[in-house]
Amino acid sequence: MSKIAVLGDRDSILGFKALGLEVLFAEDRDRAAKELHRLAREEYAIIYITEDLAQTMMADIEKYHDKPAPAVILIPGRSGSLGVAQGALKAAVERAVGADIS
Amino acid sequence: MANTTINPTRMELTRLKGRLRTASRGHKLLKDKRDELMKQFLEIVRRNKELRKRVERGLEQANGAFTIAAAVMSPEMLEQSLLYPKQSVELEVGSRNMMSVNVPTYTFHTRNEDPADIFPYGFAQTSGELDAALEALSSVFRDMLELAEVEKTMQLLAQDIEKTRRRVNALEYVMIPDLQKNIRYISMKLEENERGNITRLMKVKDMILQQAHDFK
Repeated sequence: MSKIAVLGDRDSILGFKALGLEVLFAEDRDRAAKELHRLAREEYAIIYITEDLAQTMMADIEKYHDKPAPAVILIPGRSGSLGVAQGALKAAVERAVGADIS
Repeated sequence: MANTTINPTRMELTRLKGRLRTASRGHKLLKDKRDELMKQFLEIVRRNKELRKRVERGLEQANGAFTIAAAVMSPEMLEQSLLYPKQSVELEVGSRNMMSVNVPTYTFHTRNEDPADIFPYGFAQTSGELDAALEALSSVFRDMLELAEVEKTMQLLAQDIEKTRRRVNALEYVMIPDLQKNIRYISMKLEENERGNITRLMKVKDMILQQAHDFK
C-alpha cells in the first residue's frame, strides 16, 4: 500500500490533512528538497507540491520525471495558479516532439 | 563506421547486406512505434490540460473558502480541528503497459466510505466556511488523483518518445547510409578486381599466342 504526501506552505495545504493525506509543511527550498527526496525514498507514490515551492526547486523535481515512482505533481497554492505546471507540460511536449507545437 | 577499413570480400558484402536488411526493418518498426506513441502522447496531453484546468479551478475554490475560514476562526482553533483526521486514504499502485512503456495506475481506498462524513471536528466550534472548504477539497481530490496518473504517464511517455526518436534518427541518418556506402564500396571494388582479372587473362592469352606463333 502506498501513501500520498502533500508538500507546501502551511496555509495552502492544511486542508488536505482532513482528507487523510500526509501533510508536510516546508517553507524554504532546502528543507523542501530534503523532504522531497526523503518521501521519494519511502513508499509514497504521489507527492503533491505547491507551485510556489516547486518553482524554487525545479531541478530536484525533474529528477523524478523519468522514474516510474513517485509521481511529483504540482498544484496551485494559496496564491492561485502560477503557470509553472503549464510550463512543465510544455517542456514535456517539447521534449517528446522536438519542437514547440502548442 | 565511416573511417574503419573494410575488407572488400564477398563474405563481408553478404554480412553487410544482412545488416542493412535488419537495420531497415528495425527502422520501419521503430518509426511505427514512434508514430503510435506520439498519437497516444498527444491524447494524454490533451487530457492532462483538461484535468489540470479542473483541478486548478477546484483548488482555487477550496483555497478561497479556506482563507475565509482562517479569517473567521482563530489559527489555534483551525489547527486543532484538523489535527486528527477522520479520513484516511490508501493508494494502490498498479501498472499498465502502454506501447511497452509501463505507466502507473492509481486506485485509492478511503477508510470512510461516506463522502459526507469526512469532517474530523464537531460543528459547534468551527465555522461553516471550513466545511465548505473541505467539501470542495474532497470533491476535487478524485480529479487530482487522475491528474497524477495522467501527468506521470505523460512524463514517462515523453521520455520514451525521445528515446525512440533518437533511435529512428540514428538509424535513418547514420547507420543505414553508412551501410549503403560500404556495400557500394565493396561491390565497386569487387567489380574492379573482376575487370582487372579479365584484362590480365586477355594479356596472358595474347602472350601465349605470341609464343606459339614464334615457335612455328
